[in-house]
Amino acid sequence: MFEKSVADLGRALAAKQVSAVELAKLYLERIERHKQLNAFLDVRPDVTLAQARDADARIARGDATPLTGVPVAHKDIFVTRDFASTASSRMLKGYMSPFDATVVEKLGLAGMVTLGKLNCDEFAMGSSNENSYYGNVLNPWDKTAVPGGSSGGSAAAVAARIAPAATATDTGGSIREPAAFSGITGIKPTYGRASRWGMIAFASSLDQAGIMTASAEDAALIFNGMLGFDPKDSTSVDRAGEDYTRSLNHSVKGLRIGVPKEFFGEGLQPDVEKAVREALAEYVRQGAVLVDISLPNAALGIPVYYVIAPAECSSNLSRFDGVRYGHRAAHYGDLDDMIKKSRAEGFGPEPRRRILIGAYVLSHGYYDAYYIQAQKVRRIIADEFQQAFRQCDIIAGPVTTSVAFGFGEKAADPVAMYLSDLYTIPGSLAGIPGMSIPCGFGAKNRPVGLQLMSNYFEEAKLLGVAHQYQQATDWHMRLPPGAKS
Amino acid sequence: MNWEVVIGLETHAQLSTQSKIFSGASTAFGAAPNTQASVIDVALPGSLPVLNKGAVERAIRFGLAIGATINRRSIFARKNYFYPDLPKGYQISQFEIPVVQGGKIAIVSPTRGEIAIQLTRAHLEEDAGKSLHEDFHGMSGIDLNRAGTPLLEIVSEPEMSSADEAVAYAKALHSLVRWIDICDGNMQEGSFRCDANVSVRRPGAPLGTRREIKNLNSFRFLQQAIEYEIKWQIETLEDGGKIQQATVLFDPDSGQTRVMRLKEDAHDYRYFPDPDLLPLELSDEWLEEVQAHMPLLQEEVSGKFMNEYDLTPYQARTLTSSRELAEYFESAARDSDSKVAQLCANWISGNLSAQLNEEDLDISQSRISAVQLRGLAERIADGTISGKMAKEVFDVMWAGEGSADEIIERKGLKQISDAGAIGKIVDTVIAANAQQVADYKAGKEKAFNSLVGQVMKASQGKANPGQVNEILKKKLG
Repeated sequence: MFEKSVADLGRALAAKQVSAVELAKLYLERIERHKQLNAFLDVRPDVTLAQARDADARIARGDATPLTGVPVAHKDIFVTRDFASTASSRMLKGYMSPFDATVVEKLGLAGMVTLGKLNCDEFAMGSSNENSYYGNVLNPWDKTAVPGGSSGGSAAAVAARIAPAATATDTGGSIREPAAFSGITGIKPTYGRASRWGMIAFASSLDQAGIMTASAEDAALIFNGMLGFDPKDSTSVDRAGEDYTRSLNHSVKGLRIGVPKEFFGEGLQPDVEKAVREALAEYVRQGAVLVDISLPNAALGIPVYYVIAPAECSSNLSRFDGVRYGHRAAHYGDLDDMIKKSRAEGFGPEPRRRILIGAYVLSHGYYDAYYIQAQKVRRIIADEFQQAFRQCDIIAGPVTTSVAFGFGEKAADPVAMYLSDLYTIPGSLAGIPGMSIPCGFGAKNRPVGLQLMSNYFEEAKLLGVAHQYQQATDWHMRLPPGAKS
Repeated sequence: MNWEVVIGLETHAQLSTQSKIFSGASTAFGAAPNTQASVIDVALPGSLPVLNKGAVERAIRFGLAIGATINRRSIFARKNYFYPDLPKGYQISQFEIPVVQGGKIAIVSPTRGEIAIQLTRAHLEEDAGKSLHEDFHGMSGIDLNRAGTPLLEIVSEPEMSSADEAVAYAKALHSLVRWIDICDGNMQEGSFRCDANVSVRRPGAPLGTRREIKNLNSFRFLQQAIEYEIKWQIETLEDGGKIQQATVLFDPDSGQTRVMRLKEDAHDYRYFPDPDLLPLELSDEWLEEVQAHMPLLQEEVSGKFMNEYDLTPYQARTLTSSRELAEYFESAARDSDSKVAQLCANWISGNLSAQLNEEDLDISQSRISAVQLRGLAERIADGTISGKMAKEVFDVMWAGEGSADEIIERKGLKQISDAGAIGKIVDTVIAANAQQVADYKAGKEKAFNSLVGQVMKASQGKANPGQVNEILKKKLG
């Protein structure tokens, strides 16, 4: 049963071949069995089973959706009433939110059953999940490798099938990179499609919720329940709802796939390039046309991102001052001292580093040179995507330069770590949808991801293109050896 | 040698919306601490701001009223600093592009007459909470009820040259924001408070170094604080000292200002556009709609009063000191002749205002309605009652005993204007006061007044005084 897709689980539930409670128990057992992965931070079987009973009642009443009774787990960036919401930080250890994030609420309304909260990099800052206060998450394919980050818990949980689906967030690649490293499907929609209400903010102009699943079809099904306008988020896009599964069966015949030459330059490892080129060849076999395109300033994405994201985070994280909630130092002098000590103790090294960078680039005399300049380049990068989309329908390339790296390999070198997001950051800066789908294995038999990007609001098309590949390949169906039981 | 004073004011007007500028929590004053703070006001993780359109609409009204440029696109920015009563660690404000730019406020300066004070800008922002340093045994209490309350920060150009002008400006602004109904103007509750930037210089010299006096919440404090500050700055300079740029606080008890922080200690607020809020875009339709619902402004109404009711500029200004007062006058004077209108104007600014002041009521709480007052004025105008009787009618009316006509009838206060009846009384008085008649005839004017008094007394005050004069004069030949 745990090898089934979300779509199949939904069908089995509707046909009463399995109950939501049975499914919930099955996954709770798997979570327990694979505890070593450290993917989950908070599991509360009583909460999960209560939700599952509600789902069963709903199925019995006949007002179920295709998602009712299907389990899901949430990245610990989404606040939840029933589970602690920590952002993987000491700062929010044990924090209980009085409200649910909109994404959590919407999936709950669709009938999905929450398995618990998933480990991630602290405040979603990182590319390896090594920045969690609550410890590393292991890559189910190779426990000496990182699962990617920041949504490492989400990726590992889906890869090991201890959850059929997991929410995640992407700021500069935090869905796509761990999806690639962990051999699963991960998609972030257009900025503004998913509500940010209840997402603990890292960099507001970039943060976007998405989903991790085994397949593109599963992602499309969940998007139907998860996305949509939210008046509580001013940056949410007010558009009519749509069926994200509608283009799944569209052929890619005649589809123009843009291949940016900048994504195949120096630094790209041959194993990754080989798998990606083979995936592109598969699309050609299906009748798609490859088009050479250029995103000349894509490489500037990293410096631009590491100005804008820290600037926003330095401000977003200011609310954590130990006054109203969160960590407060045990010993302090005056108010200033209380705030300083609480923050110094509550935040780990990466948030502290980014807060410092952010405060620096926003400070008087540096603002124009850094922040304003970065915003200008961000605009140029977004424009370059628009030019590219005049020549092609979809952009494809690698997600990362290499397969998953080992623990500690980049931890001491923040810049090397930041380069992990070289190919994902440009799309984040532009705010376009992007996804990663498994396309083979590289060095040390670690998974490789294919990145697909579409223009704004073309998630349905993007998912269809991914689905067509997954109809012809089985990379997304493969399980890590340790996950087969 | 003389000194020239340069003053600019920054005024925070709390906008009169029901809910906060970025959350649905109530803005009502005086609730128990932290009972009006939503998850947004407390800045819980994952909460996001959503702009209150009512606050924007009030800013537009202000811009329209002062003839300012209303920016079709303005930006909300974050002003970053740590303080326990600032829950997000930043205040959402407008920095580079405010919603309102320019415009002017007319004032009457005691030295320069009618002048216009130019405004730099007015921008929307949220208020912080309150820190309470008493009653917490060495700790501070935080009340976030005020956090997120909408403010319009109105910044003037440094164009005022005395405390009197600054107060005149503040009063004009205070009256305007109430007139256009965007702020209740309650200074005790902090709904309208001023920061004053004060500097002095020798005439013709470049601007002196300024000091900013924070948080003045009464016109009296504004006056006292600026006067003290000017005196202090001049004395310091004349003693050979230098002014250091600083933020100062006014202590009403000592009447002095004291330094809160020097410029070098000023925060670097690290302003940047708030990524949680889109730029504020104002459509032409919206501006037109707000324009269509604008009331006539104070000057317009005052001009109208002068034209339609022949009021003097002073009367017109007095009666337009608030919209409620102007409306009261209008409903009393509407469609009446100029004599009745004049009487209404005088009675409103005279007896009625005095009575309201005495009982600490405002015009909306007046015990005499506009219609009742008009009834009184009409009876004075047509000679039914004298001014003296009118005061009595007014008092009875204030006590709630009906219309002027009813009171006059009931109390038998009707003035005697019948020449025959008055003639008879006059005859009686002349007959009984031979000595005074003789004095008058001998040229003693005083004797005449005494005779008038006798007639009035004999008529129990009801005789028409004008007629009494006339008839008495005739009969005495």
